[in-house]
Amino acid sequence: MNAPLRKSGVVLLVLFAMIFAKLNWVQAYKADDYRTNAWNGRVVVAEYERPRGVIEADSGTALAENKATDDTLKYLRVYPKKEIYAPVLGYKPVNLGATGIESSENDFLSGESDKLFADRLSDMFTGEETGGGNVILSLKTKAQEVAWKEMTDNERGATKGAAVALDPNTGAIQALVSMPSYDPNKLVTHDKNAAAKTYKELLGDKDQPLVNRALSQTLPPGSTFKVIVSAAALKNGYTVDTEIPAGGEYKESGAVIHNAEDEVCPGGQISLKEALTESCNTGYAKLGVKLGADKVKAEAKAFGFEDDTLKVGDLESGDGLSVAASHTGDIANPDGTTDKGALAQSSIGQRDVRMTPLQGALIASTVANGGEQMRPYLVQKLLSPDRRTIYTASPKKKSDPIDGKVASELKEMMVSVVENGTGKKAKISGFTVGGKTGTAQNAEGADPHGWFIGFAFNSKGEAVSAVCVMLENVKGGHASAEAARIAGLIMKAAAGSGGN
Amino acid sequence: MSRIPGLKTRRNAELGLLAFAMVLVAVFGATVEANKYDQLQSSFWVPAALLSILFLGLHIVVRFVAPYADPVLLPTVALINGIGVAFLRRIDIANAINEKQGPPGIFSGIGGRQLAWTLISLILAAALLLLIRDHKNISKYAYTLGLTGIVLMMIPAVLPASLSEVNGAKLWIKLPGVSIQPGEFAKLMLVTFFAYYLVRKREVLSLASKRFLGIDFPRGRDLGPVLTVWLFSLLVLVFEKDLGTALLYFGLFVVTLYVATERSSWLIIGLLLFFGGVYVAYLLGASVGGPFANFYDRADVWLNPFDPAQYNRNGGSYQLVQGLLGLGTGGLFGTGPGAGSPLSVPEVQNDFIFAGLGEEIGLFGLSALLVCYMLIAMRGLLAAIGVRDSFGKLVAGGLSFTLGLQVFVILGGITGLIPLTGQTTPFLSSGGSSLMANWLLIAMLLRISNAARGPATSGGGTAQPGPKKAPTQLHGAMTEVIKP
Repeated sequence: MNAPLRKSGVVLLVLFAMIFAKLNWVQAYKADDYRTNAWNGRVVVAEYERPRGVIEADSGTALAENKATDDTLKYLRVYPKKEIYAPVLGYKPVNLGATGIESSENDFLSGESDKLFADRLSDMFTGEETGGGNVILSLKTKAQEVAWKEMTDNERGATKGAAVALDPNTGAIQALVSMPSYDPNKLVTHDKNAAAKTYKELLGDKDQPLVNRALSQTLPPGSTFKVIVSAAALKNGYTVDTEIPAGGEYKESGAVIHNAEDEVCPGGQISLKEALTESCNTGYAKLGVKLGADKVKAEAKAFGFEDDTLKVGDLESGDGLSVAASHTGDIANPDGTTDKGALAQSSIGQRDVRMTPLQGALIASTVANGGEQMRPYLVQKLLSPDRRTIYTASPKKKSDPIDGKVASELKEMMVSVVENGTGKKAKISGFTVGGKTGTAQNAEGADPHGWFIGFAFNSKGEAVSAVCVMLENVKGGHASAEAARIAGLIMKAAAGSGGN
Repeated sequence: MSRIPGLKTRRNAELGLLAFAMVLVAVFGATVEANKYDQLQSSFWVPAALLSILFLGLHIVVRFVAPYADPVLLPTVALINGIGVAFLRRIDIANAINEKQGPPGIFSGIGGRQLAWTLISLILAAALLLLIRDHKNISKYAYTLGLTGIVLMMIPAVLPASLSEVNGAKLWIKLPGVSIQPGEFAKLMLVTFFAYYLVRKREVLSLASKRFLGIDFPRGRDLGPVLTVWLFSLLVLVFEKDLGTALLYFGLFVVTLYVATERSSWLIIGLLLFFGGVYVAYLLGASVGGPFANFYDRADVWLNPFDPAQYNRNGGSYQLVQGLLGLGTGGLFGTGPGAGSPLSVPEVQNDFIFAGLGEEIGLFGLSALLVCYMLIAMRGLLAAIGVRDSFGKLVAGGLSFTLGLQVFVILGGITGLIPLTGQTTPFLSSGGSSLMANWLLIAMLLRISNAARGPATSGGGTAQPGPKKAPTQLHGAMTEVIKP
């Protein structure tokens, strides 16, 4: 009987070895995963032991702060401005995943960042729990609040939309609004069940308040896309005065292009500048077909289309809010050749062309900044818990889509749009404003989306702001006029003269 | 029992090891208080001292009535038992702090209760050592024990859920004030009965066979008892809703059968039957539901613990996941005794005590505990190998293997290696039944190891280790003659 007893011992050894191996898997290999797992209550309690860093706007206004509590989680996150800044800040809930700047700057805000190593070290000696680091955003409270107010009180009753304004010289985002928004305070309550319920409701809302429409929603850009086709033309030997063929109607491979109104470019020829000013559809459709799909697509790509890697946040780490890629679509027949009908429609920003509002603002900012596109960012400064500056954003160039000459020609054309054409509503006193409107047809029978992309120069000739406003499903025609009006007010506030 | 010069008793080694174990327990308790209160309480040494006195008592009993017993068994078990008491006291301290009360008394809370259970268990173990001077005498009561074992095992299955179910497993008899897990005792009784039965039957079971595919298979009529036990354990699986218990009973039977007959075909048949049965139960749970649904749910939890639907479901993977997160948080070295938060794992004082400990003593500490369990099982098997009679071999082998298997079943469940079951962790988990039964098991192993390591005694008469002679040593048992 001894042989089977020994073998039973071997069986037990094997079983114990399996346990030992599995323990190694759990406690060594997976340890970090488990330690930081969102379901691990220890992480949560430890996180709330010290106050999280404060998030502030450019002017020092607190956007996210803490209130001491007397439950096991020692601090409650408070967002005093509620829904106005929610799409940028996101939220840092107890049990759910964090979003927005609260998520992308989490290491710094929670105090775990390597940048705060010295502060943590001194904590060890003093025995105090100092808070996390503070994040100062580039957002200008005036611009943001004007944008929020004008968007939500828009004169056409649109309930969905987005606006984004940035400094063309630096890429600093001055305002970013997504409508409808939500009150993040309800998501960060320590009552986990209430938070989960609110989250579920928001998730189920058909208007999708949790979606950041300025960054992650792509819609057909309509005539704002003509700026890109113009840039392609100017690069290929056209000037602002080059006469291009136009007309009341243009049929191409099954696609029929009309103008918004009969009086727009009915004649045979129109100058490029005039075509943009009046937003001549037939002219641009023909121009796009003449240039060819490759040039139009390449130009869009140069301006930032098809890039799904862009994040808006912290220029140093590159972390931030993800920006969806804008697309031009295939513009091709199934056999690979150019679908000219699709190209005609794409050239006026219809068909499969899709753009984010941020991309729209980047186009305008490139023109305003002499052809250089700056990388957009939100984090202006990082301060230590005792408000020592640890990092200040140094603007980075993203790309050179166009040269200075093309930029100044485009600027001239876009200023003409606001001075004489479809964008008159964007005019603001004391500034030279340029831009381009867009009215994008989408689903059959649905009201069109109204777009405006533009920029403003002050009296000294300095570019102060570039903006994109988008209102979804605007009733009652001239959808872009309301967008243009709001855009003007946002830029005025961003320049420091307007709002209150 | 007089001592023979030249044969070493190793009792002093046992005493030394015991002292070392108690120092470890005292250090554990002191660290807990240092972490919890930032300073030691004046009474931090009391639980360890009390435990030392208890174990010392058992040591003295062993010195007199089982002088040649294995010197490693008692200190190793004492270490695990002591760490268990200290950890349960640590949970009491955490609860007291949460409720803003002062340090709990030595005999209050689950830690105090465990201390009392340890006292009772040690008295039982000492009584067993004193009453039973020759393990072969137990065979007189084999049928009584077997019958009692089966009844004990079945009671929870028959009782209504309100009187027998804890955490979805029907393994209890819940009386006012005290709950008993009868399976813990049934296990011991059944091993004894199996040993007796198999000593009688082993000739038949090992010799009469048909050869098929190069493996000797037993005759059909001899399969009867195996099939009965198999069916029985599957019924346990279904009605007590516990895979672990079923695995335990069936495993201990198959192993004693294998040891008795030296036929590996029994192992193969056993494994196939068991895993076949479990798989069928799983499939039935998926399709039919009913009594099989609980087992299916548990298997599902095991397969996808991190699925949010499982995690949020009542009776889903919450406990398992929290245990894993606790273990992961502990990492290699642990947070240190008293510095973790084991209370976030439900039932951390019972089934999940290993996960709670793992957070605080880390992979290194748990590995040491695992080695302790392995030592106990291996020392038990060593006693089985050393003892001269078949009955002793089967009892010691069966008990050691069962203990090892139980540790595997519960630790495998907690770490996610196998589906989770409601087994206690021997000597660690809070609760009297488990502690008493397992100390009786250790007393039995001490007794048999004493026979194995000591001089040959009367009864068997010969020092010649010969398993074939063994049946004659058993009270009233005749070896069955093979009828072809």
